[in-house]
Amino acid sequence: MSAAPIHLGAERLMLEPGGAVLWPAQKLMAVADLHLEKGSAAAAKGSLLPPWDSAATLDRLALLLRRHRPAVTVLLGDSFHDRAGAARLAAAERERLGLMARATRLVWVLGNHDPEAPSGLPGEAVAEFVLGGLVFRHQARPGAKGEVSGHFHPKASIPARGATVVRPCFVADSRRLILPALGAYTGGLDVHDPAIAGLFPRGGRVFLLGQGRLFSFPYQGRAARGAAEALPAGTLPAGQGAFKL
Amino acid sequence: MSGTLPEPFAGWFARRGWVPRAHQLDVLAAALEGESVLLTAPTGGGKTLAGFLPSLVELHGAPCPGLHSLYVSPLKALAADIARNLMAPVEEMGLSVTVETRTGDTSTAKRKAQKEAPPNILLTTPESLAVLVSQPEAAAFFATLKAIVVDEVHALAGTKRGDQLALGMARLGVLAPGVRRIGLSATAAHPAALVAYVSGDGRGGGVRRVEVSGGVPPAIEVMLPEGRLPWSGHMGLASAPLVLERIRAAGMTIVFVNTRAQAELMFQELWKLNEETLPIAIHHGSLEPDQRQKVERAMAAGQLRAVVATSSLDLGIDWGGVDQVLQIGAPKGVSRLLQRVGRANHRMDEASRAVLVPANRFEVLECEAAIQGVAAGELDGDPPRAGGLDVLAQHVLGVACAGPFLPEELYAEVRRASPYAELSRRDFRDVLEFVEHGGYSLQAYHQFRKLFRDSEGRVQVMGERVARQHRMNIGTIVEEPMIKVRLAGRGGGTLGEVEEYFVNGLVEGDTFMFAGRLLRFVRLRETWIEVVEGGSGEPKVPAYAGGRMPLTTNLAARVRAMLNDPATWPGFPEPVQEWLRLQRSLSRLPGRDGLLVETFPRGDVHFLVAYCFEGRNAHQTLGMLLTRRMERFGFQPLGFVATDYVLATWSARAPEDVARLFEEDMLGDDLEAWMAESSMLRRTFRNVAVIAGLIERHHPGQEKTRRQVTVNSDLIYNVLRRHQPDHVLLRATRADAAGGLTDLGRIAEFLRRIQRRIRHVRLSRVSPLAVPVLLEIGRESVRSGEGDDALLAEAETLVAEAMGEVAPPGPSARFMPKARREPRQGRLLA
Repeated sequence: MSAAPIHLGAERLMLEPGGAVLWPAQKLMAVADLHLEKGSAAAAKGSLLPPWDSAATLDRLALLLRRHRPAVTVLLGDSFHDRAGAARLAAAERERLGLMARATRLVWVLGNHDPEAPSGLPGEAVAEFVLGGLVFRHQARPGAKGEVSGHFHPKASIPARGATVVRPCFVADSRRLILPALGAYTGGLDVHDPAIAGLFPRGGRVFLLGQGRLFSFPYQGRAARGAAEALPAGTLPAGQGAFKL
Repeated sequence: MSGTLPEPFAGWFARRGWVPRAHQLDVLAAALEGESVLLTAPTGGGKTLAGFLPSLVELHGAPCPGLHSLYVSPLKALAADIARNLMAPVEEMGLSVTVETRTGDTSTAKRKAQKEAPPNILLTTPESLAVLVSQPEAAAFFATLKAIVVDEVHALAGTKRGDQLALGMARLGVLAPGVRRIGLSATAAHPAALVAYVSGDGRGGGVRRVEVSGGVPPAIEVMLPEGRLPWSGHMGLASAPLVLERIRAAGMTIVFVNTRAQAELMFQELWKLNEETLPIAIHHGSLEPDQRQKVERAMAAGQLRAVVATSSLDLGIDWGGVDQVLQIGAPKGVSRLLQRVGRANHRMDEASRAVLVPANRFEVLECEAAIQGVAAGELDGDPPRAGGLDVLAQHVLGVACAGPFLPEELYAEVRRASPYAELSRRDFRDVLEFVEHGGYSLQAYHQFRKLFRDSEGRVQVMGERVARQHRMNIGTIVEEPMIKVRLAGRGGGTLGEVEEYFVNGLVEGDTFMFAGRLLRFVRLRETWIEVVEGGSGEPKVPAYAGGRMPLTTNLAARVRAMLNDPATWPGFPEPVQEWLRLQRSLSRLPGRDGLLVETFPRGDVHFLVAYCFEGRNAHQTLGMLLTRRMERFGFQPLGFVATDYVLATWSARAPEDVARLFEEDMLGDDLEAWMAESSMLRRTFRNVAVIAGLIERHHPGQEKTRRQVTVNSDLIYNVLRRHQPDHVLLRATRADAAGGLTDLGRIAEFLRRIQRRIRHVRLSRVSPLAVPVLLEIGRESVRSGEGDDALLAEAETLVAEAMGEVAPPGPSARFMPKARREPRQGRLLA
């Protein structure tokens, strides 16, 4: 497992291939968009998806907690797929969250899917979490500095050898960081969607999640699309000229 | 044995100068005796009229209100066309018979009217039939039904649409006991399977076979490009000048190609040369239906000289006016070739004319093999397979939506559909439980169940919402995520659609060929892309998943036989003969049986070329398995490429002990591990999940935001595979993949056949027969599963180099001056 360091303002953070950001100076870990109980929410609407999504998501979170033992764990909102999600959580999963909360300070940042504190679960619920020079909130705000957020579930497509590899990713510049979604059933929004690109007027970098490492590419944001145009001619082999990143 | 036609039918035939054909009378006689019929005949035999005659005769003799006959066709357009054609005899004979169509295009008002006053004859598709049988009124609607006529049975049986139709017919057998079925089919490789498909018991009982043999055999020739014969490539563009000459010399030509991308390229190439501006059009499945219909109408009206088409024109309306068919590139199979050749000249007493245009040397052999196969009447086609459990799940919910059922009775009913004749109790139970509450080992969803059992043990649907939702998602055709292509500006029309992944690779200003035009990409909108005409630069061509069908086993066997028999070579063009002679003297010929494997060094790698002749799909799977095995043997494989004929790998170290590489246990553990991760299985799972109703295509009230409602099937697959690997949908997925994309059956048979018959030839350089596959390297995209990370790493390095970053590229961008790559193990916060 190798993590990638970035700087947000004056703070040094580590991006984790499991989808978390670590702030060593504060012993803090943040993850985004767990969307717990998305499966049962879909079931209520008639799609009986396999019911293990909350368990699978908590498995991922537990692995990250075991690996890094953060003093503070910030869940960046949309931790539950809907308002009633926390109430539907099975006993076994509630218990696991309880155990986690004994090992770390659990901070529930509220999101648009879960605008209220999760009932009957340990930890503190806040609209935003501010620490040192950084603010942790669900959805990025235009113009913010030193901001860590989730909400968009960014993913990126990389053309390679005639195929396209699509992965969830971090998006970052020197002012803000957007995390990929951690939930087992959370899909993604392409980083070129204006909703994400508009937040990065000067471009930045994307970090795609891989097995035990991240893959990093330059990102144009809302700046001129088509990095290939900016590249020296002839540097990419045929068929690789379509990089948008 | 043939009877005669009663009046007014005999008179009507006579007035038209027609004599009833023997098979038409045979079908009539059988049907009036209450038997079902399978009628096989070449195109142009008057099959459709034969199918309807018994119904018209009955309705004339004893007019009655209500639905009498149901006609099912695989094509909406065919249903509409047949309805028009049927009205002619009805009106001319003054019969009081009502004929209507019911397809996805039928308006709500019309559907309602049909529900209240059903026509005597209803023409429909398998999907619309599934909707009809899922309605509470189904029992009343179909109570009067006497006959089902299924057109193009050979094209439906063995497919998921065919499974759906078979289940629908089994249902009709309960709603209208004694209903007779008439199946209309082209000549097929497995007629017994078609008899079973048409039969009421699913096992072939009570069906009379009526066969129309002969017709004049087609006249097929091979046409080679001028100049040198290409070593590789599948597009056949070098032959464009000759193709245009053929078009010029005939009235109306269909130029068949194998893929949509090839259609676009050949169309452009023809128009570059088309100085006389002969009216030449393009037709393929991704074009907007409007555009396709325009082309079809122009064809029917005789306004076109040629159409470049894919399999979108394989079936369909009798055009009548088609003078010749050109097949560009490999024919791939005898049955498919016959189907296409039959599009020319729909008359049984004249030979259909067709020209095969091979795109490379191997295809020359394949074209010759196909012509021999046609002459020998050697049809090919997959043997019958068990029906999909996903289709069964959709059907079970449909039946429940129409009314309560007893599981035991439904089990007996679906087993009367031939694809499900051998359905096990366990599979049926698991499918039913899946529909009821998901069928998960973790019983989490009982409050959300879709079906419940009443006190009498009958299964009932949980309310109208479930039923409404189900009807919106009926159908077994699952498309890749598609994006519409629209011309920018006011009044800019929709041209058709391309796959989403193709759009992901486009940047502003990129040009691509589509709908026969050169288009420039402007921007991506919500669910469509905006384009303008024109532009410069090397245009891309959209490719579509699953666009290529593999070479059939029969044709492969013929190619092998010819290769191995120099006595047949004089029939080939000189460059091909020379190529084969050189192969014989420099290496060996592949042989009739067994397996020839060549190894040779080239550059700083070692190639292994295996002449398997099992088709692309099987070779792709074999390539994955073989490279894994080479890895284990320490040969350090670097890649592989597969064509329809040959599989080639390259590795850092020379492969030895080739016989052990190809041992039968190759299909053991490696397969399981690789299959589960492969993109083929994921794609198959997506189709299964959509058909079974796990993932909705449409949700009430959310029609417009289709892309947002769908849940990513890969994520569901990952979770389900980990927690319940034997879930019924995963079983259905594995069964599908084994038959389709991975072609496991063919690989198993191949490995068994070659044991102890592997000839390994060590060469110092590439052999003549190996040249074509080596030329494919880099052209064929290698399908990858777990290799995605390696691809990403490669792309990352390339981009970093291009951007002048330090390698290995970490997050060392401008805004992170001090950053460096820190590969550290374990905890970062300690």
